[in-house]
Amino acid sequence: MEFQAVVMAAGGGSRMMDLTSSIPKPLLPVGNKPLIWYPLNLLERIGFEEVIVVTTKEVQKLLNLDTKMKLDIVCIPDDADMGTADSLRHIHQKIKTDVLVLSCDLITDVALHEVVDLFRAHDATLSILMKKAQEPTEMVPGQKGKKKPVEQRDFIGVDDTGKRLLFMANEADLDEELVIKRSLLQKHPRMHIRTGLVDAHLYCLKKYVVDFLAENRSLTSIRSELIPYLVRKQFSSPTSLRQGQDNKEQDQKKDQKSLDIYSYMKGDSLLEFAPDKSCWNGHSIDLNEALHGGKVRCYVHIMKEGLCYRVNTLGLYIEANRQVPKLLSTLLCPEEPLVHVSAQVMDRGLVGSDSIIGSSTQVGEKTSIKHSIIGSTCTIKDRVKITNCIIMNSVTIEEGSSLQSCLVCHNAVIEKGADLRDCLIGSSQRLEPKCKQGAVFIMRFELMKGTGYFLNFLPYSLSFFPPGCSSKLMGRFCSRNMGPCHIRMDFFVQATSS
Amino acid sequence: MTLSLQDVGGAVPPPAGGGAVGGRARRRLQRWRSGGGRSGAGPLPSREPPADGQTQELSKEEKLQLRKDKKQQKKKRRDEKGQPPESSIPGHPQAPPPGAVPPVPAAVPSEGLAGSEKPAGGKSKAELRAERRAKQEADRALKQTKKVESTPAAAPAKPRLPPSEPQSMVKRVPEHVQVDDPAAQRRLAKKLERQQVPLRPDYGAKVNLFSHLHQYSRKVPLTQQMTSPATAIHPAVVRLGLQYSQGLLNGSNARCLALLQVFRQVIRDYSTPPNEELSRDLVARLKPYISFLNQCRPLSASMGNAIKYLKKEISGLSSSLREEEAKGKLQGSIDGYVREKIQLAAEAISKYAFEKISDGDVILVYGCSSLVNRTLCDAHDNGRAFRVIVVDSRPRLEGRDTLRRLVREGIRCTYVMITAISYVLPEVSKVLLGAHALLANGSVMSRVGTSQIALVSKAYNVPVLVCCETYKFCERVQTDSFVSNELDDPDDLIVPGKGGAQLRGWKENSSLRLLNLVYDVTPPELVDLVITDLGMIPCTSVPVVLRVKNVEQ
Repeated sequence: MEFQAVVMAAGGGSRMMDLTSSIPKPLLPVGNKPLIWYPLNLLERIGFEEVIVVTTKEVQKLLNLDTKMKLDIVCIPDDADMGTADSLRHIHQKIKTDVLVLSCDLITDVALHEVVDLFRAHDATLSILMKKAQEPTEMVPGQKGKKKPVEQRDFIGVDDTGKRLLFMANEADLDEELVIKRSLLQKHPRMHIRTGLVDAHLYCLKKYVVDFLAENRSLTSIRSELIPYLVRKQFSSPTSLRQGQDNKEQDQKKDQKSLDIYSYMKGDSLLEFAPDKSCWNGHSIDLNEALHGGKVRCYVHIMKEGLCYRVNTLGLYIEANRQVPKLLSTLLCPEEPLVHVSAQVMDRGLVGSDSIIGSSTQVGEKTSIKHSIIGSTCTIKDRVKITNCIIMNSVTIEEGSSLQSCLVCHNAVIEKGADLRDCLIGSSQRLEPKCKQGAVFIMRFELMKGTGYFLNFLPYSLSFFPPGCSSKLMGRFCSRNMGPCHIRMDFFVQATSS
Repeated sequence: MTLSLQDVGGAVPPPAGGGAVGGRARRRLQRWRSGGGRSGAGPLPSREPPADGQTQELSKEEKLQLRKDKKQQKKKRRDEKGQPPESSIPGHPQAPPPGAVPPVPAAVPSEGLAGSEKPAGGKSKAELRAERRAKQEADRALKQTKKVESTPAAAPAKPRLPPSEPQSMVKRVPEHVQVDDPAAQRRLAKKLERQQVPLRPDYGAKVNLFSHLHQYSRKVPLTQQMTSPATAIHPAVVRLGLQYSQGLLNGSNARCLALLQVFRQVIRDYSTPPNEELSRDLVARLKPYISFLNQCRPLSASMGNAIKYLKKEISGLSSSLREEEAKGKLQGSIDGYVREKIQLAAEAISKYAFEKISDGDVILVYGCSSLVNRTLCDAHDNGRAFRVIVVDSRPRLEGRDTLRRLVREGIRCTYVMITAISYVLPEVSKVLLGAHALLANGSVMSRVGTSQIALVSKAYNVPVLVCCETYKFCERVQTDSFVSNELDDPDDLIVPGKGGAQLRGWKENSSLRLLNLVYDVTPPELVDLVITDLGMIPCTSVPVVLRVKNVEQ
């Protein structure tokens, strides 16, 4: 066994609460498949036979995938707020080899062997996958022309080959300037700092990193703590660490654990085995030792082309849904037709070639469907026009409706003659006949997780409305009496452009 | 040993199924055959009896050759016998000896020795004697060969490749020089399929003369077609293969060391399946690994020898051993091989070479040889004062690595590209080269450019010394760099500059081919001395060393 794969599917999807409040994130349908199917399919395609899935009880109950791989589903307790590193620590006894960690929201057509080969060939401690960020090509429904503030940027430093990961910092952690260690610059006088890269949250980690993590409880997140730690550690030698330890003797015990990843390493690397024999040093400019004698080595594979989405915001969710039909029909499961065999479609000719229609869905006469994804057991009546839409399962759309760039969640009903543009329609909503909406956000929320969400949530959803439009906010609090962590409310927002 | 030598020398059977092989291939094979015959450590006659019409002529030639050889040997023996009494008479050194042909004492040694004597300069008598003995032994070996040879050759009108000939005598043309033969490629594909190893696709157009060799792209690794948690192939082997193909592990010694280390790991992780015998099953297990590695990068001669040794050790295991014992024994023998053949050999060579390096020397080295580096560092540590000129070449620029190591030790170095070699040679006093392999005809196979350096050095009368461990000696015979060589990724030749790389679109241009050759062959005439772990020998003594080694094993 060379690798074990771990899929992290315990996250709540806090950046897209509009959708994840009713459906847990790993189960959000993308191209009529649950989101978690994509990373699992990626693993299956490349040849994994066993996968460990870390998730919550709620997801486990609903998870129903047909995969040839053996899934080992590990539930983490619901109440504990666990980061990804915590999750990995939770399962560290199952980890016997090097490990490949994926997030459940990754949709990509990357040739995974490239990341793995970097890891293998350089005997790396860590190799990760990144992709140039793309501007979403389509507008987000419920949002008109206004872009959300840019997420906090990452600064990534790579060497001349573009493979060695030298530096990593998030904007949030920085003050005015970027601080780069001298020891780094001594070894790599040329460094390219790049921004605008998206971390795909796909990591190859050596076994000893997991061992290190198991002992060291102060790290909670892989992405924001462990990876930067490893990247930094490339340029600090174990000896200098020991000196540092002597200085701070009072909390020595804690330091030993938090500092010394070197003590977890085993020296079976081939590159270290025959260093004075091999005539290669990985950098032809200077006269230093091969690989600068560093033992912790981090590498990054930056995808130049191809798809790579992390579905963690509404915009990306929609973007992913738009791209997925191409991916599904060519690469992921070409044997499965885009229009399901059990779907009843009257006018095949009116269904675009890049549309997906799920099982047992009925589509009436003279209904045109373009660039859209329609879930299973939906009923779409006659003379409906659907363009650029994502329609989840068991939705009913009555005659003569027209939907453009809309997202319709499970079990919604759209009555006759509705004309919707750029709308987001929540689960089990019923729209009245002849309803005419543009850039509307129609939902009913159930917030179960705590007041924090509520407070964060209000301004967030309001920001969906373009300025200058008259908006009516109708919030109905049904019950707020179930203790501090349990708020339930009905929330109805309506906005019309003036 | 003699048999195998013949095999290589005479070597090539007629191409299987005549018509299938293109004219070019046949011509090349013939060239190879004739080349091998011509050069094989002296006059090695072709083992194959020729077709009826030519029998007389060729056998005449052979006879002539034989006669000449015998004469030479007799002469030599006479010379050698004559020499001691001559030198033992100190009385009249000036007096010309009586007789029609006045033998000049200095010119006495045979041609073979003449070459090796010049560089040696202050060579001691004992060394000379040792060399002569080696030479004699070589000749004797040849004679024996001929004896064996002459019997079948004498039988007239023997059919081409008689069926009675044992199979082991038929040396097949190795697959890796038959890439342009579709039949051979199909065979290879079948073999790989059986072993569950993917086939690595060839990359780009090749220069005509080299269409029979593999050419791979670094960007298309074999792992692309494999499952990612490697199942069919041991993960350590996959890792090693990647390091080979990416060029992270380079150099004959490093590659061999890493290979042995990995195989040690494989043996450690191995457990015999029920109803199988360890010695058989393990060899079968290693086979796909070897073909995998061979596709990542063609195996070096050092690796080939190490694999041969390991296989022999495995099949020599007695079946009464328990599994743990057998595995322990194998690991022990791998360690022994590394220690004796690589580490101790390097030490011995470094000691011998130390004698050759004198104060004030200017030594020219080429590329990066771990052995030469070590030798120079040791000599420096032992207090020799010398200067080194490091010659380098594109595209690998391995010389920089040499430079790094030598400068770190405090050795004075000059760095030039190979184009400047005739400029620096007048000040050079010795050329010290490493080798990829030493072939049975005495040719030195080494990084491309070596033969050029040897040639120019010859022109400037600078002695050329080659350092090579005996475990890199190879029974193959090769006179040119065309037949068996390695093509590296042609994309390496693209040098990205500020104005963009002009060669980037070379694949689209049908009138442009790139050639990134890895090795070349230096003829024995250009090499004055080979420093091995057995001492300093002329490179024509390789067959002797090989024979002794075979007897030992």
